[in-house]
Amino acid sequence: MHLVLFLIFALFALAGAVNLLLQKHPINSALSLIVVMSSLAVLYLLLGAEFLAMAQIIVYAGAIMVLFTFVVMLLNEGREEKTWGSHTAKTLGFPAVAVLLAVLSATILRAGRHYGMISLSDGVTTTQELSRVLFHDLLLPFELTSVLILIAILGAVALARKDNGEA
Amino acid sequence: MQLWMFVVLSLVKVIVVLVIFLTAVAYTVLLERKLVGRIQNRWGPSRVGPFGLLQPLVDGLKLFLKEDIIPSGVYRPLYLLAPLIALSCSLLSIAVIPFGAPMTWHGMRLFEISDLNIGLLILLSVTSIGVYGIALSGWSSNNKYSLLGSLRASAQMISYELALGLSLVGVVLRAGSLSLTDIVKVQAVHGIASWNILGGGQIIAFFVYLMAAYAETNRAPFDLPEAETELTGGYHTEYSSMKFAMFFMAEYGNMITVGCVATLLFLGGWTSPFGDLIPPPQNLVVQALAPLFWFVAKVFCFLFLYIWVRGTLPRFRYDQLMGFGWKFLLPVAMLNIVGTSLVLSLL
Repeated sequence: MHLVLFLIFALFALAGAVNLLLQKHPINSALSLIVVMSSLAVLYLLLGAEFLAMAQIIVYAGAIMVLFTFVVMLLNEGREEKTWGSHTAKTLGFPAVAVLLAVLSATILRAGRHYGMISLSDGVTTTQELSRVLFHDLLLPFELTSVLILIAILGAVALARKDNGEA
Repeated sequence: MQLWMFVVLSLVKVIVVLVIFLTAVAYTVLLERKLVGRIQNRWGPSRVGPFGLLQPLVDGLKLFLKEDIIPSGVYRPLYLLAPLIALSCSLLSIAVIPFGAPMTWHGMRLFEISDLNIGLLILLSVTSIGVYGIALSGWSSNNKYSLLGSLRASAQMISYELALGLSLVGVVLRAGSLSLTDIVKVQAVHGIASWNILGGGQIIAFFVYLMAAYAETNRAPFDLPEAETELTGGYHTEYSSMKFAMFFMAEYGNMITVGCVATLLFLGGWTSPFGDLIPPPQNLVVQALAPLFWFVAKVFCFLFLYIWVRGTLPRFRYDQLMGFGWKFLLPVAMLNIVGTSLVLSLL
């Protein structure tokens, strides 16, 4: 059961990712990205990370992608243009992606030996367990990260305001 | 339990809930027309059937039979997809709502499609996906009114989602769980005195939730996305026949869902307001039906309030709406979280 669901949604994720690259219209690409994000959420759920799955949908598929579609809708950009840069990206991009994937998977597989692996039919990690780790064992890094994000938000607001002066 | 039995029972539950939900949607429309009519000193629909009770049937038939026009300038794939997203998100969220006491039959919950320990998060995530239906419909219609309406709607929904989510944190803190069943169980002890709105001390959170919910469902006084005087119809200007009906059903479906959530989180869900004052009934049928009655009664009161507000309050201006959401509701919701956690840590 888990394996069937995994195959279906992994396929969705891959198809969405490929479609994201192939589509010429930016809004179709944005929608494909939503499919990728949502399928990833299901994969998290299959691994028992229920809170992470929902956060993935609320934050990524919901909030962030709405901003993407917003920008696309407001700019109403038509078709993509081929420039010199896009040809270079094509020739360099594929090998670069292959190398990056190889490095990432090697690192993850090696780390798996240290920290142990989880399999598809393992039990669910409840939100309580997750929050105990976040707010007890890793409290300082967690709070520091949130302060960092707050600073980034303030910085973004400050940068966006600069052009308009006293807007 | 065997797999096939699980599948069959789940299907039966889904179909029953869907039929009841859609009927409720149709009759909420009638309730609104009747009530707004009485508020404005007229009768409302009264011709079809006794008291106009068959009006929703005729309305549905009319929308089915209307000519379905697709304007030539629209971006077809998304134009067709948008109402589907809106309606399916509206129907999805009812799946995690427990309607009655947690009674089981062969290990299956009777009054709930599925009991999840992240039920509340599912509701929030479905809400956040529902924005796409409105955003895409406005953009793909290729009409300036639609686009303006959908931009307003999405901006409004994103802004108020924050206040909505934060207003629920106090409730979650008190219950210590994200499961809707657990949240109701916490409120079941002493009847009305232990409901979150009174005994739980979440009355501020309730009002924040109420106002954020009006904005989330694009209802008066926050119905700027479809302000007829400025935007003709808003995001569904270019839609006709069943596609328009799908947006319409989605809106009223969301209203009912919001009512159900308010009932579960603040008004004690299916529990009776009298608590232990009335001894629990011996008869099994009464035991099963009394919680359903309380649940439906509470949701009905909530819908009544919704329509009452629509009939009496004027529409906000857009900058007022944004200012209210960000500068008033959000800080209040945050203060409520701080206050609740302080009190809970002292207790």
